Amino acid sequence: MKKNKTIERAIHGVFLILGLLTVGCVLLITIYLVISGIPAIAEIGLFDFLFGTEWASTAAEPKYGILPFILTSVYGTAGAILIGVPIGFFAAVYLSKMANQKVKAFMEGAVSLLAGIPSVVYGLVGMLVLVPAVREIFDIPDGASLFSAIIVLAIMILPSIIKVSMTALEAVPKEYEDASLALGATPVETYFRVSAPAAKSGIAAAVVLGVGRAIGEAMAVMMVSGNVPNMPSLFQSVRFLTTAVASEMSYSSGLQQQALFSIALVLFLFIMLINATLNFFLKKEKD
Amino acid sequence: MSDIMTAKDLNLWYDQTQALKNVSIKIPEKSITAFIGPSGCGKSTFLKTLNRMNDLIPSVKITGEVCYNGQNIYDSSVDVNELRREIGMVFQKPNPFPMSIYDNIAYGPRTHGIKSKVKLDEIVEQSLRDAAIWDEVKDRLKKNALGMSGGQQQRLCIARALAVKPKILLMDEPTSALDPISTSRIEELAIELKKSYTIVIVTHNMQQAVRISDNTAFFLLGELIEYGETEKLFSQPVDKRTEDYITGRFG
Repeated sequence: MKKNKTIERAIHGVFLILGLLTVGCVLLITIYLVISGIPAIAEIGLFDFLFGTEWASTAAEPKYGILPFILTSVYGTAGAILIGVPIGFFAAVYLSKMANQKVKAFMEGAVSLLAGIPSVVYGLVGMLVLVPAVREIFDIPDGASLFSAIIVLAIMILPSIIKVSMTALEAVPKEYEDASLALGATPVETYFRVSAPAAKSGIAAAVVLGVGRAIGEAMAVMMVSGNVPNMPSLFQSVRFLTTAVASEMSYSSGLQQQALFSIALVLFLFIMLINATLNFFLKKEKD
Repeated sequence: MSDIMTAKDLNLWYDQTQALKNVSIKIPEKSITAFIGPSGCGKSTFLKTLNRMNDLIPSVKITGEVCYNGQNIYDSSVDVNELRREIGMVFQKPNPFPMSIYDNIAYGPRTHGIKSKVKLDEIVEQSLRDAAIWDEVKDRLKKNALGMSGGQQQRLCIARALAVKPKILLMDEPTSALDPISTSRIEELAIELKKSYTIVIVTHNMQQAVRISDNTAFFLLGELIEYGETEKLFSQPVDKRTEDYITGRFG
């Protein structure tokens, strides 16, 4: 009986090619971004580009400083994490440890739905409900601001934070919790002092994933942030790294267009950093 | 010796399945009581009713009473966390928390409000000494407990249980995952501990019951078949089923 290895090999080869396709896309994008992002930085100067506080790409004497975008993205993400992580974490503890089956099934469905809502819908609701509300509540001329963007981002990152934290919390061996309860700790003490610390790598991964989602979001934040390249301030119109690229690309040309590629490159580097952090935590979780 | 714990007509169901049938028993203070019987006979289930660990399983229903120092522990006024603090438990599989040796032991006392470093240091040392593991771990208290051997982990778990100063220690087949040398160390430890604590141990190993226990209870199919002094139960069993089991005819 001779095995026919040719078919096995062929299938192996096909799958390998499909796998490499993904790698190829990543490589292509990386190379493309680096090649098209470098010239503008070279012309403007790395320091002036990264730390220039003024962006006036269409002025008679154009200025290409992207510090406002970088800081807006960083502040916006940090704000979203500050609000989203506690809410998401407590929701995850509730869902994975306390909720009864029916409530859990219902709420998990809702969380999945929240994850599936297109970002333009978040933007739309934000524009029509949140922005006017912010204007009223804080008595400012325009509600489209960093603050509104933070709120929208905080809601948008909730599903990833809840789901990943839940998976980590549910993976905590029941033996740990039994041991804690048998020592006379209450269930709530057990969740926060045993389960959560045991799941800390997974929860950290959830946070990093949230950071990734928040920093990469464009459409929703463009619609609620006013999209003006100011240095960030909580109740002022701001522009993010993502929205800086999106809002000018359609009519840009020359150095302006090249500078937009450079912004994309900076954003890409941020995402790479976040991914590396995520992998670090996921690997730690596995060990 | 007075009885520290008594059960009367205890019945327990998992959904429709009855796992314990009219179990009544008196457990004397500062002694070792062993529960033996074949797998699925209800001995572990019964052990867990003694500190209400069965409460954690949603489908469980219990009737009858279990009294600790004269108080029915299934009474609605009983604080189950307080109860479990008095009646500690060591599990079948060593289950130290994924934290340092020190933090494992300090977990219980901290939970019960002890914050003073001096006091915690004292409790940690005393508990580890009582569990006969201090000399092995005193130089690596800050190391993760998961790096210890299985036998050490189990003694650490005993130390952790002792740290909240319980009156009773329930042990659910504490040596079934351990090698013979670790097993004998735990057995020696149990004998030492009965000077100060009441120990109830579930064991698969009849020789273990003979070696360490004062009284033995034989369970079969959810019923307590026979209960008495270990020596007597193993030399002159009253019930035919006990005799069949201890002579190895089944189980």
